[in-house]
Amino acid sequence: MSTPPLLETRALYRNFGALAAARDINFRLEAGARHALIGPNGAGKTTFVNLLTGVVRPTTGAVLLKGRDITGVAQAERVKLGIARTFQINRLFRRLSVLENVYIAVAERVGAAPSMFRPAGRRRDVVDESMRLLETLKLSGDAARRISELPYGRQRLVELAIALGLKPEVLLLDEPAAGVPSAESHIILDAIDRLPREIAVLIIDHDMDLVFRFAERITVMVSGAVFATGSPREIAAAADVRAVYLGQASRG
Amino acid sequence: MTEPVDHPAARALAERHRLRIWEAIPWLLALGFFFAFPKHLGFGTELLVTVLFAISLDLVLGYAGIVTLGQAAFFGAGAYTVGILAKQGIWHEPITGLLLAALVAAAVGFGSGLVLLRTQGLTLLMLTLCTMALLEEAANLAHDYTGGFDGLDSLPIAPLFGRFEFNPLYPTTQYLYVLAVLFVCFVFVRMLVYSPFGQSLRGIRENMLRMHAVGAPVRGRLVLCYTLSAAIAGVAGGIWAQANAYVNLGTLGLDRAATVLIILVLGGHGRLYGAFIGAVAYISLSHFLARIYPTAWQLGLGLLLVVIALFARNGILGIAAALRRPAHRAAS
Repeated sequence: MSTPPLLETRALYRNFGALAAARDINFRLEAGARHALIGPNGAGKTTFVNLLTGVVRPTTGAVLLKGRDITGVAQAERVKLGIARTFQINRLFRRLSVLENVYIAVAERVGAAPSMFRPAGRRRDVVDESMRLLETLKLSGDAARRISELPYGRQRLVELAIALGLKPEVLLLDEPAAGVPSAESHIILDAIDRLPREIAVLIIDHDMDLVFRFAERITVMVSGAVFATGSPREIAAAADVRAVYLGQASRG
Repeated sequence: MTEPVDHPAARALAERHRLRIWEAIPWLLALGFFFAFPKHLGFGTELLVTVLFAISLDLVLGYAGIVTLGQAAFFGAGAYTVGILAKQGIWHEPITGLLLAALVAAAVGFGSGLVLLRTQGLTLLMLTLCTMALLEEAANLAHDYTGGFDGLDSLPIAPLFGRFEFNPLYPTTQYLYVLAVLFVCFVFVRMLVYSPFGQSLRGIRENMLRMHAVGAPVRGRLVLCYTLSAAIAGVAGGIWAQANAYVNLGTLGLDRAATVLIILVLGGHGRLYGAFIGAVAYISLSHFLARIYPTAWQLGLGLLLVVIALFARNGILGIAAALRRPAHRAAS
């Protein structure tokens, strides 16, 4: 038997009442992948992310990480196993500094966060790692600023920084450039381009420019089910995909 | 590779727990009060207990963002622990009595926290209020132990260290005792809020969903914080009962819970010293307003709160910080 994919779902179903938000999803994310998930609004993309991260449990079916069944594993535990995500709408610690935002994630990963009896600043390892991460994202100039003082594009970078502070093997990017003015969007795209290959990236997006620039494999979802999977070239050429999606929304 | 990163932000975070010179001021003032106003030590003791109680609330409300109206449940639990043990002749020693008060209040906090902290916002607010009301009613009904509506008075509290009597007319022992306990509890809370644990509480306050997404055991942290805060509130209640040799249903009442909330809003929540400033401001204001407008002094207080809520969400200390911000941009 060949090595299992990094992340896999098998016959995943999720119903919200009568609505089937996920129908028979069989999905594979390989190690180091650059994979994109696209689909019209309401296709179930967010539900799928929530199923992968453990926010929502499937009605039936399984989620596997490196061949191990993690369907019953709680969200916080999945983070520890290496699955991190960013949010479509910023979910940041708005009144804290950029450095503190990343500190929280790093402290959680290295197990420093429960410590009560010594100052946060004494964990120089956590402070320094957070600072270096900001440097790689060219955010160190803003490290002392509060999130609420940053332009939106930079805030999106902090979203990414928090997720990277968790040193994930799987990174789920939910519309990473959403809401960023086009003049600033290159800073997000450049940061995504520079992500190390050890991280498998699944990007969920409407923005076709971004998806085709970045993805090596694309999965199209429609009405809660996988409609097509293939290389960008195959997806762009598939007439039925154009019909359901590409034709009606060349730009999200 | 592993040499420390020299960046202003990294330095600010690495040094933010350092003691600052001005932090001595409240303690010097409190000691000064002892010598300057020997006739008002009863009032001073009440003020210090209020500060301690407000600090317990600041931990949950200001740092962890748990919106509660029921903090007096723990104050009362501590007060009744001391009161019942003393009245039944089981325990009179003050310091260990406070530890027992802390334990009982912590148990109440832990038990109720496990249930309540599954909820948020308005639901949480109402449930904290309900918990307190239930305890108050239970204390009212358990007349044989709690004295019901009349409470328990003339509590026999043993002298401190076997030497210093608690004299209700000249409360010098009480004042210094409360000041010392306040100091110890303050040092503990200060350590807590600057620790990585405290940082994660701020994270929960700022964005709970994100805390889940970085793998934090959010509910466990909240319950722990709630329990610790309850223990401190229990110490405040216990020491109040010892200082006054008295417990009544008012220790469990909404009045007390609301007052301490007002104090924190007034002084500034999530800022450690907001409890001090708020307590002094509240008590001087109510004193002043009651003088100039005896029939409706609370109206003035209410108006001031409206102004604070509309224009100075972070209280008096928040105004001070805003004025300093252009010069100092320290990480909060």
